[in-house]
Amino acid sequence: MGVKLLLEKANVPGIRFFETYRKEGGYHAVEKALKQMDPAAIVEEVKKSGLRGRGGAGFPAGMKWSFIAKPEGVPRHLVCNADESEPGTFKDRYLMEFLPHLLIEGLIISSFALGSNDTYIYIRGEYAWIVDILEQAIDEAKANGFLGKNILGTGFDCNIYVQRGAGAYICGEETALIESLEGKRGNPRIKPPFPAIEGLWKRPTVVNNVETLAAVVPIINMGGDEYAKIGVGRSTGTKLISACGNINKPGVYEIDMTISVEEFIYSDEYCGGIANGKRLKACIPGGSSVPILPANLLLKTAKGETRLMNYESLSDGGFATGSMMGSGGFIVLDEDQCIVKNTYTLARFYRHESCGQCSPCREGTGWMEKILKNIDTGKGKMSDIDLLWDIQRKIEGNTICPLGDAAAWPVAAAIRHFRDEFEWHVKHPEEAQKRNYGLAHYADPIHVPA
Amino acid sequence: MSEQPLFKVTIDNITVEVPAGTTILNAARKIGGDVAPPAMCYYSKLEGSGGKCRTCLVEVSKGSEKDPRPMPKLVASCRTTVMDGMEVKNITSDRVIDARNGVVEFLLINHPLDCPVCDQAGECHLQDLSYEHGKAGTRYEFQRRTFKKHDLGDKIQLHMTRCILCYRCVFTADQLTGKREHGILDRGDHAEIATYIEKNLDNEFIGNVIDVCPVGALTDKTFRFKNRVWFLKPVDAHRDCKTCSGKVTLWNRGDEVYRVTARKDQWGEVEDWICNTCRFDKKQTSDWVIEGPRLIDRHSVIAQGHYAGTVGTHKPTETFEAVHAGRQPKLLMDIHSISEVNQPNITLSQLDRPAHSTDFNHNKD
Repeated sequence: MGVKLLLEKANVPGIRFFETYRKEGGYHAVEKALKQMDPAAIVEEVKKSGLRGRGGAGFPAGMKWSFIAKPEGVPRHLVCNADESEPGTFKDRYLMEFLPHLLIEGLIISSFALGSNDTYIYIRGEYAWIVDILEQAIDEAKANGFLGKNILGTGFDCNIYVQRGAGAYICGEETALIESLEGKRGNPRIKPPFPAIEGLWKRPTVVNNVETLAAVVPIINMGGDEYAKIGVGRSTGTKLISACGNINKPGVYEIDMTISVEEFIYSDEYCGGIANGKRLKACIPGGSSVPILPANLLLKTAKGETRLMNYESLSDGGFATGSMMGSGGFIVLDEDQCIVKNTYTLARFYRHESCGQCSPCREGTGWMEKILKNIDTGKGKMSDIDLLWDIQRKIEGNTICPLGDAAAWPVAAAIRHFRDEFEWHVKHPEEAQKRNYGLAHYADPIHVPA
Repeated sequence: MSEQPLFKVTIDNITVEVPAGTTILNAARKIGGDVAPPAMCYYSKLEGSGGKCRTCLVEVSKGSEKDPRPMPKLVASCRTTVMDGMEVKNITSDRVIDARNGVVEFLLINHPLDCPVCDQAGECHLQDLSYEHGKAGTRYEFQRRTFKKHDLGDKIQLHMTRCILCYRCVFTADQLTGKREHGILDRGDHAEIATYIEKNLDNEFIGNVIDVCPVGALTDKTFRFKNRVWFLKPVDAHRDCKTCSGKVTLWNRGDEVYRVTARKDQWGEVEDWICNTCRFDKKQTSDWVIEGPRLIDRHSVIAQGHYAGTVGTHKPTETFEAVHAGRQPKLLMDIHSISEVNQPNITLSQLDRPAHSTDFNHNKD
């Protein structure tokens, strides 16, 4: 059994409610932080812990907190990004649904550290029922003196508001989220200025993922140094992975980042192997936007080392032979899955979710979707594959926000690793409608040049 | 006011000094010529514009004197401010040219390319841009998106099919007229410019959205299909207007005023906003005091066959230094070393007779 910091108490009956949560040791971190520590010490503790943002980019949270501008007389804000819309990612939903008070606790500590008196949870519109859960938890915390005016007699005021989004993936991008929270159209802002200088209502703002903020609680409880001892290298602490796809046990798992990908997929403690005794073909290890990896590159890196479930190991080899940790949406594809169809599905998603603000993403995502649809339905041409490659290359890095990259990477990786499958689709359009390409050589160990 | 520090920035090997806070694009415009990146969405008079079309992407090869690291991605020059000692590559960077060609291709895939029937033709920024960076053929094989035409009031027509979503008109409507009833509906490639529930735009300054539109999406209904702009003669004129500056350009043919627009500078930006009365209602020559011909860039099709700016009537008065604005003329290559025309090895004074073409013939032996 690995270490569990966040989901340790998730199965205690009634943990959703304040009384049980408090009885199980909840809100001790708030007491410790507000009464014994000053804001700078909390930031220092988070820095020491090496906690990296759990939303996808993996930027060190302590560092982000230390960037926040502190002009005199201007309020600062903390915003919790609960707009979890990446296909394959559902860890924040689990956390908020079962342990709402853990998030509230993390939010109170973080608000104190950043000096935010009005803190917002921007939640995905589709998570309607979780809004009720969170609001109930906020009311309970308020009734027990952990929120509102003069928390625990320390003179610190904090209110948490829950704001529902309207169902746009782009509002998970921090500046689009801020725009949406201000009541405007959710278009990402052009950076700089970064939110830490000019965010919500032009005030310094920090936007953090749900899991990042929840992880502040164990960091305060056990101390940053202790937290940093869990995990390996710069991947400290534990990470929630939402596993789905063709596996026996889909669900949310908390891992310390030392286990191997092979163990994660095949051990009974986690995914429990590929469903129906099939074989592993490919995997998208960090939510739909990260590059897909074929089985042979997933289990072992190009150098022949065992690939581990952490930030460094998953990105080993760059995009040529690696992928990314991303948001932890672990999508497993078995031998019956068609990579072309899968890529088309993802491209359709990104086309639908592009905000339409900057030209490469607005036009390019639609173009890629149409070409992929053609290939998938047997109308593709061989030149389409190179064209796809060229389009994704011209989107990547040339857009305002990372959605352009997120749309380009899956297409790029699919062509990079599964080009023969695309070619087979083009060459055998009729056969491709009837059967799948299958495993091909993707399960074979890769040849490592000496 | 304290003296603003001047930053040295080098763009395409040409150094210029600009005040702190200037964007790369404006610094490049100070140098002028080909160094200035194209801008489809940026408009210096509109706050918050820019950053969207991505045609002005440039490569920053040196961040600043203090932090010389290059920026990893191409940056939108219209929204990135210069740092002291920054080095920028625009037309000298293959990456930039490649990305810009890509952006132009993206802008064109859903554009109808109906230039032969479009009123903007001849003064269309997208036309210029695709002439410079576009390809002769398209790789796009699908149906282009189309929209119905809409009237925004009785004087302005919106043809979304041509729109490139630069947001300039949205900023104009927002900042000039102060009412938020003109904006964007939907998202992605089906996003469209629209008014609040088909509302008419009736503000006195709303006509300026026509001038800021880089393409033919917003057109003047009093001018639609009346004439091609290159058949018209632009003249500067003014009138005593109570609401606006009254400084306009009239587009005449003979004595007839075909349309009235604001005066545009060399970057295609309006110099002074004009009101709807000046723009739509004053179409008599007697309404205006004519100042003289409007200078149009001689590269523009509108300048063809016009008396302004052509040799004979308009003598260049600027000095060579002023034309080059501090740039050193660059000799692309020394043709003498490779030219076969001048035959530097033959000394004409050594010939005992007038030179004949056979003297220069290579193969005479």
